Amino acid sequence: MTTDKAAIDVRGVTKIFKGHGQDEVRALNEVSVAIRENEFFTLLGPSGCGKTTLLRLIAGFDFPTGGQILLYGDDIATLPPFKRPVNTVFQNYALFPHMTVAQNIGFGLEMLGKPKSEIQSRVAEMLKLVRMEQLANRRTSQISGGQQQRVALARALAPRPKVLLLDEPLSALDYKLRKDMQIELKRLQHQTGITFIFVTHDQEEALTMSDRIAVMNTGNIQQIGSPRDIYDRPVNSFVANFIGETNFLEGTVQKLNPQHAAIRLKAGLDVAATLPEDYKPQATVKVVVRPEHAKIVPHSAINVLKATLENIVFFGTDTHYHAKLADGSAFMVRQQNATVTESNLAVGQQVGIQIAAGAARVLKS
Amino acid sequence: MTPLEVAERARRTDIKDRWLLSMPALLTIFVAAIGPLFVVLLYSFMVKGDYGDVKYWQFSSDGWFNVFLERDIFDDTLTFADAHVTILWRSIKLALLTTLITLILGFPTAYFIATREEHHRDMWLFLITIPFWTNILIRTFAIQETIRNEGIINTFLMKMNLISSPLQIMYTDTAILLGMAYVYLPLMVLPTYASMEKLDFRLVEAGYDLYATRFRVLRRIILPLVKPGVIAGSILVFIPALGAYVTPRVLGGGKNMMLGNLIELQFGQGRNWPLGSALSITLLVIVTIALLFYVRNASKTGAGHGH
Repeated sequence: MTTDKAAIDVRGVTKIFKGHGQDEVRALNEVSVAIRENEFFTLLGPSGCGKTTLLRLIAGFDFPTGGQILLYGDDIATLPPFKRPVNTVFQNYALFPHMTVAQNIGFGLEMLGKPKSEIQSRVAEMLKLVRMEQLANRRTSQISGGQQQRVALARALAPRPKVLLLDEPLSALDYKLRKDMQIELKRLQHQTGITFIFVTHDQEEALTMSDRIAVMNTGNIQQIGSPRDIYDRPVNSFVANFIGETNFLEGTVQKLNPQHAAIRLKAGLDVAATLPEDYKPQATVKVVVRPEHAKIVPHSAINVLKATLENIVFFGTDTHYHAKLADGSAFMVRQQNATVTESNLAVGQQVGIQIAAGAARVLKS
Repeated sequence: MTPLEVAERARRTDIKDRWLLSMPALLTIFVAAIGPLFVVLLYSFMVKGDYGDVKYWQFSSDGWFNVFLERDIFDDTLTFADAHVTILWRSIKLALLTTLITLILGFPTAYFIATREEHHRDMWLFLITIPFWTNILIRTFAIQETIRNEGIINTFLMKMNLISSPLQIMYTDTAILLGMAYVYLPLMVLPTYASMEKLDFRLVEAGYDLYATRFRVLRRIILPLVKPGVIAGSILVFIPALGAYVTPRVLGGGKNMMLGNLIELQFGQGRNWPLGSALSITLLVIVTIALLFYVRNASKTGAGHGH
């Protein structure tokens, strides 16, 4: 349902915060990203990576040191927030404590000078959308965290913004509620057809909800792509490490083919690994294998990594096997608990690790 | 002793202990607050003494009578006490204006301090409180030195040839207002700052985000949320301003009296303690009514803000 039209086009944006005296913090470093209309776009990264700064620049709470921010082609980088058709759902909701739920939701429309009748019907519509009809006249201090979250969403959606910004909106909720709200958010985005820009440090949240993800680190965008792209084809070790769990293996290139290469791993195995798009030949490479793409097999099997089990962790749906390879590096295998029979594997046991075909990937750097 | 007796005894000791523990507080309230007030009330109903003081246990309503009416000394006719009403009106007017001026100056000041970086705020607060270190009389004379006919302002304006004769600021209501606004400004800034410091500035951002202009953010979000501080500041300024004595005495001269000066006059040269007492009670009643009205009104609009 997304189109190719860019709703937000960030072009070479740099943001430098002045500290005390000569101190300067470069929060964003010539960041460029185009966010498409009707897209659920996620800015993902560890704290301090610049994702919130980028969101605040789009919202208008801060202004870029350099670069452009286009909203449907118009540069909005210097406009104050109240002149941008963009609304924000704040991390701690920032609901007005001196107003009722309905007054909070109607505030934006009221400021836009909409007639009373329109505000009333729109507020009623929003209350219905977030399933809060019964609590319209409550004070915001009299409702639960999850309900406050819904009010914050309704308040930001009520003025029909062109883009909705969400600043880690689920981080204050407990696990179960967070799961429900993830589905709720997807439903809202689908129903309203508004472009969502979602900021989070939770990779699982990003993978489950987004159409596309931009992975950020130290003020730079590392990779932009669909959740599958990011997860299956990480461009560098930061992305591979930040999104999901990954095993890093070192190896030397034996034979180079157009799409893949034969790699001799230091741990003592020859594998065929996929090459990244713009691979530059190098002698030693880093190969990544996702834990779920490997399998524990008997020690005597052929074409396997020889390993010693060091730890077995039971997670309910799956079990993690931490093993030590022949060259001393660590390797983790995740196996689904498909049957109820307990495995007879034990710590200290010699095992083989089989890597699924096509699972190994060479990292760019 | 049966367990019941033990419990009863423990209960009695408990009550006794509680009374003993609250004694200092109760004593302070009675001796320092209610007691003197009662004496003043009693005095207002007594016959005035010939050389001040009162004739004890001779009761009369003359003190109260004279608050609003006066008896002509020649023909004994009763006339309305214009002078008292004028002074009362001037006191209320000047106290209200002082509150307004300190609010207009103090609110932005408090906002300025609250939006500074945390480690700079203490310095600004410290600067605000510096005038408190000086005696109010000295501060008032400093104002006099600034605004009198040969003072700094007039000398400067004359030297610049902007005016040909000095501006008469001294001994006017303007002078009193100026002096009181200066003296009471910190009393407005400090409580306003205290509630502004607690303000969650993300709410201000949320307001901007929802299309509120700067003025509307101020009116619809900041003001309602810092209202308790503004109310406290207004009360702290209005009450002492209404009963101000030193400032009108020095800057208003003898003729622009305020209630405080009128009361002082009755206890001094006027030798009419019952009238002075009655005036004091009148002042107290005005303040109480004004406060009740203001606080109730302010909290009502605060709660029902919105559409």
